[in-house]
Amino acid sequence: MAPLLQVNDLHTEFRTGAGVVRAVDGVSYAVEQGETVAIVGESGSGKSVSALSILRLIPDPPGRITRGEILFLGRDLMQLSDVQMREVRGGEIGMVFQEPMTSLNPVLTIGRQITETLEQHCQADRAAAYKRAVELLGLVGIADPARRLRQYPHQLSGGMRQRVMIAIAIACDPKLIIADEPTTALDVTIQAQILELMSGLTRRLNAALIIITHNLGVVARYAKRVNVMYAGRIVESGPAVAIYHRPQHPYTIALLRSVPRLDRPRQARLDPVEGQPPDLTRLDQGCAFRPRCRFAVDACARVRPSLQPAGPAGQLSACLRADEISTASGAAA
Amino acid sequence: MIAPATDVATLLEVRGLRKVFPVTEGILAHRMVGEVKAVDGIDFTLRRGETLGLVGESGCGKTTTGRCILQLERPTAGEILYDGVDLTRLTHKQLLALRRRIQVVFQDPYSSLNPRMKVGDIIAEPMKVHAIEPDAARRAARVRELLAICGLNPNFVDRYPHEMSGGQRQRVGIARALALNPEFIICDEAVSALDVSIQAQIVNLLEDLRERFKLTYLFIAHDLSVVRHLCQRVAVMYLGRIIELADCDELFDNPLHPYTRVLLDAVPVPDPSVEAGRNFRPVKGEVPSPLNPPPGCVFHPRCPIAVESCSRSRPELREVQPGHWVACSEVHTIPSSKRWCDRSIPTPKE
Repeated sequence: MAPLLQVNDLHTEFRTGAGVVRAVDGVSYAVEQGETVAIVGESGSGKSVSALSILRLIPDPPGRITRGEILFLGRDLMQLSDVQMREVRGGEIGMVFQEPMTSLNPVLTIGRQITETLEQHCQADRAAAYKRAVELLGLVGIADPARRLRQYPHQLSGGMRQRVMIAIAIACDPKLIIADEPTTALDVTIQAQILELMSGLTRRLNAALIIITHNLGVVARYAKRVNVMYAGRIVESGPAVAIYHRPQHPYTIALLRSVPRLDRPRQARLDPVEGQPPDLTRLDQGCAFRPRCRFAVDACARVRPSLQPAGPAGQLSACLRADEISTASGAAA
Repeated sequence: MIAPATDVATLLEVRGLRKVFPVTEGILAHRMVGEVKAVDGIDFTLRRGETLGLVGESGCGKTTTGRCILQLERPTAGEILYDGVDLTRLTHKQLLALRRRIQVVFQDPYSSLNPRMKVGDIIAEPMKVHAIEPDAARRAARVRELLAICGLNPNFVDRYPHEMSGGQRQRVGIARALALNPEFIICDEAVSALDVSIQAQIVNLLEDLRERFKLTYLFIAHDLSVVRHLCQRVAVMYLGRIIELADCDELFDNPLHPYTRVLLDAVPVPDPSVEAGRNFRPVKGEVPSPLNPPPGCVFHPRCPIAVESCSRSRPELREVQPGHWVACSEVHTIPSSKRWCDRSIPTPKE
């Protein structure tokens, strides 16, 4: 059976004063029905742009999707008209963004924003939409829904607003939810509540979830599969357990080593990823991680490696020395 | 909590600190319609060379506490004894002299550096304000030295902040804080805005500087794993109050206050196998509005072990073990557990 979503060779560029930035530079991955996939990376890695590209929400100009296929439920979203695409967004694909204050309309009531989605995408009439909105607020754990529906976003806390965003995202029983840093702006106890809610709801609705985050802990708690991005490309991809226990790409290895962990004894010193994040306007033909990489050799300057099977657990790694690293990490484990 | 007598080892002593912000309505006539007790009576001391972590969620008062110590806010009540001198009673001129010894590193390396100033001028500015190193050539040499100390190329003096990455900018912010040879630095979420791979670099830098210049830090943060790594003692705040204070290892190995446990529990660990075994359940409810805090113990509406009396009286911070202070009247009912993943308290039936 074909996967729910298959992204093939996606390229998204931004034309800036400093030159063309290839924010997403040949990204391919699949999401199966009902599965939770994480896209991990740091700022500028292209993780958000790759997700917004799926929804074709790249502002043009300056941005443009230059190449690629986005196969969703058998259709290529790149070929749809703008009108058709609007039906997909908020319909079969739900979205949750980072900043619930800016992604909700401040001058519309919560109720209107939920019923609008229902009327647009589910052909509900006013009364049915209202009934469903009450039900949805209950689903996302908001008490006293009738009163909340009359309120405006500014009258709600950050956690509540994110719950409303989730209610809108699941309003039309989507097959896929894309959550872009859904809890980054929230406090840690609220973050935990929202993530539990999302994982519970996706399981209940049998919806797939793409969660975009920089938080390695969140990924470990919720994702089954992980794509690690660096400088516009996926550098490692595979099952979460394999990636965390036997990372194959030097960037993943370094990233996991750099975070202090509450479940381990205190280290004398942290082991950071040295150097600075890449300047995307000045990438050469070599591996983008090379300047910060402990394993870099001369050959790394000549070509950007593609994803290849690496390690015994079946993940993919984009590193010329993947074989040697795999043997080394196997020996260490 | 009875404040201990100031001794030589104590650098900073905060006693009964309160900061209340008025909430007003109306454009011309500002009617007071309420007040926010951002900091509601806290006491702590900081020894020379020590790093004290101040943790809590947004709105708990940790940043306001830092700003009161810096005298960027005038406290409503309480004393801030710095080296025995009460900062709240100083004149502007007296304060200026002391402020040389107290510096701050802010969270956002984007907005805390003036975008129109070159890096060299940003770092030299405190020296000009305090009229130390009046000789321009020697000041320039000092700036280059500070850049090198903070792991930046001394040639960065001619760059503007926007030409640098977030991590480099935060290094500039730290170099500026070091310019006056301070003894005490308040780090207000100094690594929170940085990327994961850069965060560890800056944490290491802060540690190196602490060693090299014998610095004392107040490390305000919400990231518990970074706090645990960097601090010797930790104070946990909730709605303007300190609810637990202990040595770092003690706090993380044996957290006593239900809120501290809830916080620790909420932090996901970067390991799927550990996470799978944790059986995590999030705490209910949200932080109440500081405009209208609950009566009694401020945590009782969310607390898994609250009893009826918790809504009536506010528990004082008391020393339950040597050096371990907790503000919870039901602390004796918490089962102690040494295993990290077993810390969550069973949720009572609702």
